[in-house]
Amino acid sequence: MSAAATAHDTHDHHGDHGHDHHEQSFLSKYVFSTDHKWIGIQYGITSLLFLAFGFMLMLYMRWSIAYPDKELAGWAKTFIDLLGGGGSDRWLNEGRVSGELYNMFGAMHGTIMVFLGVVPLGFAAFGNYVTPLQIGTIDMAFPRLNMASYWAFFVGGVLMLASFFLPSGAAQSGWTNYSPLAGITHASEPWSFWNGQTQWLVAMAMLITSSLLGAVNVLATIINLRTRGMTWMRMPFFVWGMLVTGFLLLLAFPPLEVAALMQLSDRLFGSSFFMPTGLVVNGQLWNVSGGGSPLLYQHLFWFLGHPEVYVILLPAISIVAEVIPANTRNPLWGYKSMVYGVLVLGFLSFIVWAHHMYMTGMGSVITTFFQTTTVLISIPSVILLTCLMISLWGGSIRFTVPMLFATAFLPMFGIGGLTGLPLAFALVDLHLHDTYYVIGHFHYVVAPGVLFGLFAGIYHWFPKMTGRMMNNFLGHLHFWPTLVCMNVVFAPMMIQGMHGFHRRAYNGGRTYEEIANDMLPEQLWWLFGKNNYLFLNEVMTTGAIVMAVAQIPFIINFFWSIWGGRQITSDNPWQATTMEWNTPTPPPHGNFIKEPVAYRGPYEYSLPGVESDYTPQWEKSPGQPEPVIAALPGTHHH
Amino acid sequence: MGILNQWMGIADLASEHGVVVDQLLEFVHWFMLILGAGWAIFIAVALYKFRRSKNPRANHYGIQGHATTHIEVGVIITEAVLLLGFAYPLWSRRVDGFPTDSTVVRVRAVGEQYRWWFHYCGPDGKFGRVDSLLVSSTNPVGIDMADPNAKDDFTDLNTLTIPLGEKVIVGITAKDVIHNLALVPMRIAQDAIPGTEAHVWFTPQKVGAWDIVCGQLCGSGHGVMRSTLEVKSPDEFATWYKEKTPAPAAAPAAQQAAAGVVAPVVATAAR
Repeated sequence: MSAAATAHDTHDHHGDHGHDHHEQSFLSKYVFSTDHKWIGIQYGITSLLFLAFGFMLMLYMRWSIAYPDKELAGWAKTFIDLLGGGGSDRWLNEGRVSGELYNMFGAMHGTIMVFLGVVPLGFAAFGNYVTPLQIGTIDMAFPRLNMASYWAFFVGGVLMLASFFLPSGAAQSGWTNYSPLAGITHASEPWSFWNGQTQWLVAMAMLITSSLLGAVNVLATIINLRTRGMTWMRMPFFVWGMLVTGFLLLLAFPPLEVAALMQLSDRLFGSSFFMPTGLVVNGQLWNVSGGGSPLLYQHLFWFLGHPEVYVILLPAISIVAEVIPANTRNPLWGYKSMVYGVLVLGFLSFIVWAHHMYMTGMGSVITTFFQTTTVLISIPSVILLTCLMISLWGGSIRFTVPMLFATAFLPMFGIGGLTGLPLAFALVDLHLHDTYYVIGHFHYVVAPGVLFGLFAGIYHWFPKMTGRMMNNFLGHLHFWPTLVCMNVVFAPMMIQGMHGFHRRAYNGGRTYEEIANDMLPEQLWWLFGKNNYLFLNEVMTTGAIVMAVAQIPFIINFFWSIWGGRQITSDNPWQATTMEWNTPTPPPHGNFIKEPVAYRGPYEYSLPGVESDYTPQWEKSPGQPEPVIAALPGTHHH
Repeated sequence: MGILNQWMGIADLASEHGVVVDQLLEFVHWFMLILGAGWAIFIAVALYKFRRSKNPRANHYGIQGHATTHIEVGVIITEAVLLLGFAYPLWSRRVDGFPTDSTVVRVRAVGEQYRWWFHYCGPDGKFGRVDSLLVSSTNPVGIDMADPNAKDDFTDLNTLTIPLGEKVIVGITAKDVIHNLALVPMRIAQDAIPGTEAHVWFTPQKVGAWDIVCGQLCGSGHGVMRSTLEVKSPDEFATWYKEKTPAPAAAPAAQQAAAGVVAPVVATAAR
C-alpha cells in the first residue's frame, strides 16, 4: 500500500468514525453510530424489547391453551385491538383467542424470539460489544457495515411488527412458513397481493441481510484485527464461539434468503417453485402452474434452520465459558478440546438438517445418513458441556448473579440436549414428531439454556458497559423464580408429548378428547393431583404468568442500575483475565488507552506460585519477550 | 412397556411395531436419566465442595486423569449401539419392508382443511386412478370412474376403519396444504404432502377407537382437525367393508358413497 493511500485511509478513518477527542453530534453518536459498543447496546436494547414482546404473545397463546373457553380480560383485549384488531371481534372469537389469532401469534412468537430476540442479543449485541474488546482492537473491521447491519435489522423488525396492522394481520403459517400453506393463506382475499405472509418474507430478507453483514464483519474482525500477541489459541472461548457463529450465519442464511425470495415470487409473480401440481383448496383447483416441490422449501429452510440452532446456542455457551472461569477462579477446563469441539460442531451442524423432516417420507439411505450425523453432533455438544461442568471442580466458586445464571445453564441446557437424543432416531420420531415433547426439548435449549446464558452475559458485562453494578438482591429475585418457572413451564411438555399432545393447537389439544381426558399416571399424582392431561396446561400457563412477573425485578434492575447502581471502583470488577477488562470503564470511542498486548492465554487463574488468583492476558511475565506478531497498519489507536 | 415410559405417561400402544418404538424410547430415556443424574450429582457436589467459603483458593488444575475420556467413550459406544443395533435396522424395516401378502388392507388417506378422506380400493384390491381435475363436491378425492379399478372404490369421511391383526398400508397425501396423519396408538406419523403420496404400514393389535391427530400446522382449524381410527374385529370389518362397497352395476355408486349415501349391500366377498 502506498504512503498516499495509507494517509488517505487514515484520514478517512478519522473522518467518518472519529476518535474520542472529536466532537460527535447526537445523531452520529447515539443513532447512526458506527461504534461497535454503541451498536452492540442498540442491538441489545432492541432485542430485549423484542424478547419481551415475543414473551407477551406467548402469554396469550398459553392462556388460550389452558382456558380456550374463557374470555380475555378487557385490558388483555386492548392489546389485541392496538395490534390492529380495530376494536372489532375480527381476531377474537367472542372475546376468546381464535385459531387464526393463535396461529398468528405462534408464527410471530417463533420468528421474533429467534430472529429478533435471541440471535441479535447473543450474536449481534454481545458479539459486537465484547468481541473487539476481547481481541484488543479499536472497532469492528467494517464500522459502517456494522451500522447498516443494525438498521437493516431494525427495518426488518419494524416490518415484522407492522404486519400486524395489515388487513390480513401478521403471518400465520408457523415460524417455518411452509409452502403451500404459506402460499394459499389469505391468497384469495381482495387485498391478497400484500398480506402478512408477503411482509414476513420481505422482513426476513431484511433480517437475513442484516445477519450476513454482521457475520462478515465479525469474521473479518476476528481474523484480521487481533492485537499483538492475540494468537488463535490465546483467544477467549467467547471469540471462538463468535467465529464459528459467524461462519454458520454466513453459509447457512443465504439458502433461506433464496427460499424467501422464491416464495415471494410464488406469491407475487405466479411462479410455482414450491407449489405442486393439482392443488385443490376448498374444493377448487388452485390457479398455479404447479410442478413445484413443497419439500424443496423445507430443505432450504432447515438448511438454515439447523445451523440456526447453533447460532442461537453458541453465543450463550460462549458467554457461560467466560463467566464460569471468572467466578470459579480456575481456568476453563479443556479449552483446547472446547475449541476443536466447537469447530467440529459448526461443521456438523450443516449436515443434520433433514432430521427435522423424518416424517416427510424418507427412505432408509437418507435417514441413515442424517441419524448418524445427528447422533455424531451430540459428541462435540457433550464435550462442550462436560468441559464447562468440570471447570467447576477445584475452583473457589463465587456465587455472583451472573454465576448463578451460568451455573443453572449447565443442567438446564443438559436437559435440553438430552431430550434431543430420542428425537435423533427416526423410529422414535414416529411417536414424538411435532408433539409437545419436541416443544419441551427445544425450549429447554433456548429458554433456560440460552436465555440463562444471555442473562449471565448481561449481569457479567453490565459493569463494563455502564460503570455500575446491577443490584444483587434484585438479581436473586430475578433468578430463583425464573429458574423454578422455567421448569414448571417446560417439564410437563415432555409428559404431554409422550401422551400424544401435538403442537400448535389453539385449544391445547382438547379436541382430541380421549388423549386429553386421560388421567395422569398414578406415579405423578403426588405432583399434579388426580387430574387429566389437560390440567398440565393450567400448570404450565400459571408457570408462564409467574415467570412474566419474575422478569419485573430484572427490568427494574436493568434501568435503575444504569443510573443508580453501585459504582465500580476498578476497571476489572470481577478480577477477570480477558482483554475487555483492560479498558477504561465504560470504554471510550477507540476502546484502549494504550495498545493492548496479549502476553498469555485467556484463563490464567490461580496460577501455582502466583499470589494473585488471576493473571490477566495483558500482564507481562518478567523477562517475557514482546509478541512477534505485528499489528496491522492503521488498526490501532495511538 | 417400561417404567420410565409409564412415568412419563406414554400413550396407549396398539400396533405390532410400536413395541420396539417404545422399547427404544425406554432405553434412550434410561441412558438420558443416567447421564443426566450423573451430571446433576457432579454439579451439586462441585458447587458444594468448591464454594468460596470452604475452598478460598482454586487449585488451577481441576480434574486430572482420564475419567472424562472414559465417560465420553462410553457415551459414544452407547450411541453407536443405539444407531447400529436399533435405529438403522428398525427404520429400514419400516420403509423398505412393506408387506406384499394378499391379505394386506390398503387405504389412501387424503387430507384437506380440516378433515381426512379415506379412500378404500374395494374387493379388487386396486385403487382407481385419481386426478385433482376430477375433484368435486360429489367426488372428494377425484376418482376417475372411467377406470375399471375404480368401480368398487369407496370413500369415508373422518373415520379410518381397519381390521385387527392384519397388515395395513396407508398411502398418505393431501389436497391443499401439508397435514400429518398421526395415529398415536399405532406409533405412526406421516406428513401428507400435496403432490406426493407417501406410504406407511403397521399391524393393529387392539380393537378400539382412537383420535387421529393432525400433526402438522394446516391453517386456522388445525387444532380441531380430528378424525377417528377404528380397529374392528376381522369379521366386523368384513361386514363393514361389504356394506361400504358399491354395487357393481351402479356406476356412480362411489360418488354416492362419498356423499354419505350407504351403498346397498352386495354379496361379493370383501376379500
